[in-house]
Amino acid sequence: MRQMAQETPAGDLRLADLTKRFGVFTAVDDLSLTVPQGAFFALLGASGCGKTTTLRMIAGLEAPTSGQVLLGDRDITGLRPYRRPVNTVFQSYALFPHLDIHENVAFGLRRRGIRQVGDQVERMLALVQLQGYGRRRPAQLSGGQQQRVALARALINHPQVLLLDEPLGALDLKLRRQMQIELKRIQTEVGITFVHVTHDQEEAMTMADTVAVMNAGRIEQLGAPADIYEYPATAFVANFLGQSNLLAGEAGGHAGDEVLVTAHGARFSVPADRARLVDGPAFLGVRPEKLHLAGGPDDVPAGHQHVGGVVTDASYVGVSTQYLVRTAWGSELSAFTANSGLGGRLAVGTPVTAHWDPRHAFLLPRAGGEDDQTTPLLDEPPVGAVS
Amino acid sequence: MTALAHVPTAGGSPAPPPPVRRGRGRLLPYLLLLPGAAWLLVFFALPLLQLAAASLYDPAGSLSTGYAMTWAVGNYPDALQAYWPQFLRSFLYSAIALVLALLMGYPLAYAIAQKAGRWKNLLLVAVVAPMFTSFLVRTLAWKTILSDNGALVGLLRDVHLLGPDGRLLATPVAVVLGLTYNFLPFLVLPLYASLERLDPRLLEAASDLYASPLRAFGRVTLPLSMPGLIAGTLLFFIPATGDYINAELLGTPNEYMIGNVIDSAFLVRLDYPQGAALSFLLMAAILAIVFVYLRKAGTEEVL
Amino acid sequence: MKVRRWLADRWVMGVALLVLGYLTLPIAVVAGLSFNRPSSRLSYDFNEFTLDNWARPCATADMCDAVVRSMEIGLIATVVSTVLGTLMAFALVRHGFRGRSGINGLIFLPMATPELVMGTSLLALFVAAGVPQGFWTIVIAHVMFCVSFVVVTVKARLAGMDRRLEEAAMDLYASEWQTFRRITLPLVLPGIVAAALLAFSLSFDDFIITNFNAGTTVTFPMYVWGAAQRGIPPQVNVIGTAMFGIALLLVGASSLRGRRARRAALAVIATPAGKP
Ligand SMILES: Nc1ncnc2c1ncn2[C@@H]1O[C@H](COP(=O)(O)OP(=O)(O)O)[C@@H](O)[C@H]1O
Ligand SMILES: [Mg+2]
Repeated sequence: MRQMAQETPAGDLRLADLTKRFGVFTAVDDLSLTVPQGAFFALLGASGCGKTTTLRMIAGLEAPTSGQVLLGDRDITGLRPYRRPVNTVFQSYALFPHLDIHENVAFGLRRRGIRQVGDQVERMLALVQLQGYGRRRPAQLSGGQQQRVALARALINHPQVLLLDEPLGALDLKLRRQMQIELKRIQTEVGITFVHVTHDQEEAMTMADTVAVMNAGRIEQLGAPADIYEYPATAFVANFLGQSNLLAGEAGGHAGDEVLVTAHGARFSVPADRARLVDGPAFLGVRPEKLHLAGGPDDVPAGHQHVGGVVTDASYVGVSTQYLVRTAWGSELSAFTANSGLGGRLAVGTPVTAHWDPRHAFLLPRAGGEDDQTTPLLDEPPVGAVS
Repeated sequence: MTALAHVPTAGGSPAPPPPVRRGRGRLLPYLLLLPGAAWLLVFFALPLLQLAAASLYDPAGSLSTGYAMTWAVGNYPDALQAYWPQFLRSFLYSAIALVLALLMGYPLAYAIAQKAGRWKNLLLVAVVAPMFTSFLVRTLAWKTILSDNGALVGLLRDVHLLGPDGRLLATPVAVVLGLTYNFLPFLVLPLYASLERLDPRLLEAASDLYASPLRAFGRVTLPLSMPGLIAGTLLFFIPATGDYINAELLGTPNEYMIGNVIDSAFLVRLDYPQGAALSFLLMAAILAIVFVYLRKAGTEEVL
Repeated sequence: MKVRRWLADRWVMGVALLVLGYLTLPIAVVAGLSFNRPSSRLSYDFNEFTLDNWARPCATADMCDAVVRSMEIGLIATVVSTVLGTLMAFALVRHGFRGRSGINGLIFLPMATPELVMGTSLLALFVAAGVPQGFWTIVIAHVMFCVSFVVVTVKARLAGMDRRLEEAAMDLYASEWQTFRRITLPLVLPGIVAAALLAFSLSFDDFIITNFNAGTTVTFPMYVWGAAQRGIPPQVNVIGTAMFGIALLLVGASSLRGRRARRAALAVIATPAGKP
C-alpha cells in the first residue's frame, strides 16, 4: 500500500479563493488553504459552518461559485467526480444497500475496469479488520463496522486525497476513541492525504497534524493543534478549541517586550509574541488549567498576575476539580486544578486569588461591545450531533 | 388516486424540487416528460374538451346524422331537470356508504397498524385480497349472499328484522352495502399507512398526562391520522359517486345512480349531448366537493 | 372489572375481524360457487356440488377468449404505462424544470376524475375523430389511466432513495450511466415492479372505461357484465377464484424468498391497488 501511495505523483491539495453560494446564502466564503501531501488535515467547525460543502467541492459533487481546486499543478475544479483521484467517506457512509460488503468495497475497482479484485478486497477488509464479512449486507453490520467498510471502499482506490466527512459522528464515545486510533494508524500506514471533517475538537486535536478551524464559511485559524491551542488567533477559536477565560479590556501599547492591558480597572501585561494586537479593545485570555488559585495575593508566585474573587462552584470530575470564581466586577472565571493529592479542595464561598503566568496568557482582538467570556463548565459537545 | 395515499410525510415539509439546471442537462427533463405528458394531454385532457363540446351540441342531432355545435347551454338544465333524482341519489348513497366505511374502516386500520403484532402482514393481505378477484365477480357474489333464498335473508326474517316478504336484494340497502364493500379497501389502506406511523408511546404519554382513552384518541390519534383519513375519504368517495355497477347489479331502476343514466345515454339511447352534459356535471360536482373538502381540511399538500 | 379491562383491550380487534369477514365473505362465496351446478342460468343460489367447472373452465369458449384478450391488453398497457410513468417520475424527482405544477396537475387529475367521465370523454373524442373502437382504443384508454398510478408509485420509491448513494458511486469512478445502471436502477426496481403489477391489475379488472371504448371487443369484465344480464356461467367463478389463488401464491412465494422480496411484496400491497 505504501508503495502504491508513492507511485502517485506528488501533489498538495490547494483550495484557492473557493466560494460557494446557495442563493444569497454564502456557505463557503473565499476559502484558501493548502494541504501538504500525506498530511492528516482536520477541518474543524460547528454544525453548518460549511465543512461538508467544502468537501463536496473537493470531491466534485458540488460546483464552486468561484475559485479553484488544485491537486499538485492540476486544476481539477471542472472535473466530474469520477475523474478525480479523490475519494470520500460520507457522513452517514452511503453504503450501497443492495450490494454485499465485498461488492461495496470492490465497486471503485470494477468501475475502472479492474477484473481481478478478490485479493485486493480481502487485503483491504483485513486492513480494516473485517475479514470474513464480505458476503454480508451493510444493514447486517454495526455502525462501527459500516464505518470501516466505508473507509475500505474509499481507500482501496488509493486516491491521492481521502475526504472523511464526520466519519465517526454516528458512533458512541468509546467506539469513536477506538476508531480515532484506528484511522490514525491506517493513515500512517497508507500515507494518503486525509482531509478529516469534524465538529469534535478533541478528535481534531488528537488525530491531525494540521487543524483548520472554520467559522461561517471562513478559516479562522490554521496550524498544528498545540500551536492553535496555546495561542489561538480569535475569541471564536479560543472558545471552540478547548475552553478559555477571556477578560474584556483595552490594549495600551508596548512596554518593552510586553503589551499592556487594562481590564476592569486593573493593569496586566502579556509578552509581545503572545499578543495579536497592541492597541484597542482586546481580550486577555487564560486557559482554565493555567489559572491557579491561591489563598491571597501574598501567596501568588513572583511574576504571576492575579485577580481576586470568591469560589462560587466546585465540580469534582475525577482527574481534576473545576472551580468557578466570581470576580469583584461580577463575571466568573473557571479554573481547573489537577487532583494530584497536593493541596486540599476549596469550599464554595472561599475567598481566593486567581493567578497566572503571563507567558501562558494571550491577547486577542475584541469587538467593541463584547464583555468577558468564560466557557461554561462541562460543555462537552453532545455526542453524535451531526451537521 | 394513489397520489392521495402517499400524502403522509410525517409532518416534515417535502423536499424542495431540484433546481432548474443550466446548460447540457436542461432539455433532459422535458424529454423524459414528453411521452407521458403527451399521452395524458391527448387521451385525458383533450377528450375532456371534446366532452365539453359535445355537451353543447344541438340535442336534435343524432349519432347517425351527426351533431351540430349550437352552444346549446340549455342541455345542462334540461339534463338536470330530467335526472336530478339520480344525481341526488348518487351523492346520498355514496355519503351513507362513506359513513359506514369510516365506522368499519377506522377500527380495522387501527387494529392492523397498532394491535396486530406479527399478524400485521396477514391482515393486510386479507384487506387487499378482495381486490385480487374481479370487481364484477365479487359484486355478483353479493347477489348470492343477499338472495331471497339465502341464509342472511332467512336469518333476518326469523329475528323479524325483515318482514316475511322482506328483501335485501334489489333494495337501496343492497346498493349501499355493495358500494361500502367495493371501495372500503381504498379507505383502509391510506388510513393504515398513517396510523402505522403513529408512535404508540404518544398514547402512553397522553394517558400519562391524564387523558382518558377517548380524549387520547380525539387529541392524538385522530389528528395524527388526518392525512390518511383525508386521502382515504377521497379515494372512497370519488369512485363510489361515479359508480353504477352496484346499482345495476344489486338494485333496480329505482336505485339507479347518475352513472346508470350516463351509461344508457351514451350506449343505449345514444343521446351524446345529454350524456356529455351529465358527465360534465358529475365531474364538476365531485371536483367542487374535493376542493372544498381539501380547503377545509387544510392540506394543500395532498395534491 | 377484569372483564371490562379485557373488553377494552380487545374490542377494536374484534370489530376489525368482523370487518375483515365482511371483506372476505364474497371471495368465499365466489370460491364456493365455482363448485356449484346452478339450477338455472339466471340463478345465483347454491344448488349442487360439482367439479365440472374446474375440469372444463373453457366450456364457455367466449369467456376464455375474453380472459386471453384481457391479458393481452393488460400486458401491453402495463409495459407502455410503466415506461412512460417511470420516465415522468424520474423527471419529477430528479430534475428541475419549468411548469412543474402543470405536470403535477396533469398527473393528479386522472386519479381524481371519476372513471365514468374519463370513459365517456374518450368515447366522445373517438367518435368525433372517427376512430373505430376496439382492441387498440382499449389499450390507449388503459395506458392513460395507469400512467398516473405508475408515476406516483415510482416517484415514492425514488423520492425515498438516498441521493448520496449516487454521489458515492460517482465518487467511486462510476460515470453517469454506470451510476444509473448499478445503483439507481437496482434500488428503484422494486418500485417499478410494484407499479407494473398495479398497472396490470388495474387494466385487467377495468370495466367502466373499457365499456365505453371497446366497440365490439370483449374483455373479461365486459364478458361478465354481458353475462350478468343473460345468466352467468359458473366458470366465471372459477376464473375469479383462480385469479385470487394466483395472486395469493405470488404474495406467498415472494415472502418465502427472503426479507427483501417480502418488503417488495408488501410495497405492492400497501399501494392502494387502484380502482375497481
Ligand atoms: N444544497 C444546499 N442548498 C442550500 N443550502 C445549503 C445546501 N447545502 C448546504 N447548505 C447550507 O450551507 C451551510 C453549510 O452546510 P454544510 O457544509 O453542510 O455544513 P457543515 O457540514 O459544516 O455542518 C448550511 O447552513 C446549510 O444549510
Ligand atoms: Mg456536514
